[in-house]
Amino acid sequence: MSTRVGVVLFPGSNCELDVIEAVCSLGAEGEILWHGDATTNGVDAVVVPGGFAHGDYLRPGAIARFSPVMEAVAEHARSGGPVVGICNGFQVLTEAGMLPGALQKNRGLKFVCSTSRLRVESTDSVLTSQLSVGDELVVPINHFEGNFTCSPETLAELTGDDRVVLRYIDNPNGSVDDIAGICSEDRNVVGLMPHPERATSELLGSSDGRGLLQSMLVAAGAATVA
Amino acid sequence: MWDDGPMRFDVHVEVRLRDGVADPQGATIERSLPALGFDGVTGVRVGKSMRFTLEAADEAAARSEVSDMCARFLTNPVIEDADIHIGAVAPA
Repeated sequence: MSTRVGVVLFPGSNCELDVIEAVCSLGAEGEILWHGDATTNGVDAVVVPGGFAHGDYLRPGAIARFSPVMEAVAEHARSGGPVVGICNGFQVLTEAGMLPGALQKNRGLKFVCSTSRLRVESTDSVLTSQLSVGDELVVPINHFEGNFTCSPETLAELTGDDRVVLRYIDNPNGSVDDIAGICSEDRNVVGLMPHPERATSELLGSSDGRGLLQSMLVAAGAATVA
Repeated sequence: MWDDGPMRFDVHVEVRLRDGVADPQGATIERSLPALGFDGVTGVRVGKSMRFTLEAADEAAARSEVSDMCARFLTNPVIEDADIHIGAVAPA
């Protein structure tokens, strides 16, 4: 039985099919979780994908966190299941209080759509367990509000507890401490601005996203060989 | 004569970035003003303004409810603060 990955679909999400395509290419099954249904359908891992959930009204993620599915996603996380928020999904998870900090407008007010180079900083997370510290990854980014910020106390906690999982090699957006991705205290909730689902084949310019998604599938309890 | 009834309050919430949080929009506006001949402008900060009416027993109750809205929804306390202005409109 292959691993089942649920991908949350809000009105305005736009990367959900890319994520499903990516996890299917790694041998898993992907299915849509409609935001209005208060269940994760028993999936093994949940991805909150990129896009503009609820039009990003008020703030990115501010309305999405009230969608009925989010309580089920939080419950999935509380029971130890992997939850990965990509781009807008990262914003949703911070607004929902499942990850600390906030994502504000990029330094320089530029919408950034480019390829980023990342460094793996911790392998103790559901998104990086199959990689090595110091690995360099090439993964696309595509965002306006990706400038991670948090209080000095939170930053000390994140760095002290080895919860910064990915850093930018060339900071594209002004994120504090070059942070590209962080994990929760229990290390099973990860948020990142780069899009691993868009880096799954050399045809797309990089296949470095596969190791990240593969880690998530391993964490979901049913490792498949890529 | 309507002392004990609920009142309707005119609420104005001004959301602004916390002190110390970089405001690239404000900085860009500040840099642009001299091009139009407006010199001497400093400290530009861009925020959001929200207006609504609210029914509450009294002004203190209205203020407390709006503070709660700000903390839980209207602002992101990590990066934003709010100024709350409340004026009485009429008995509800």
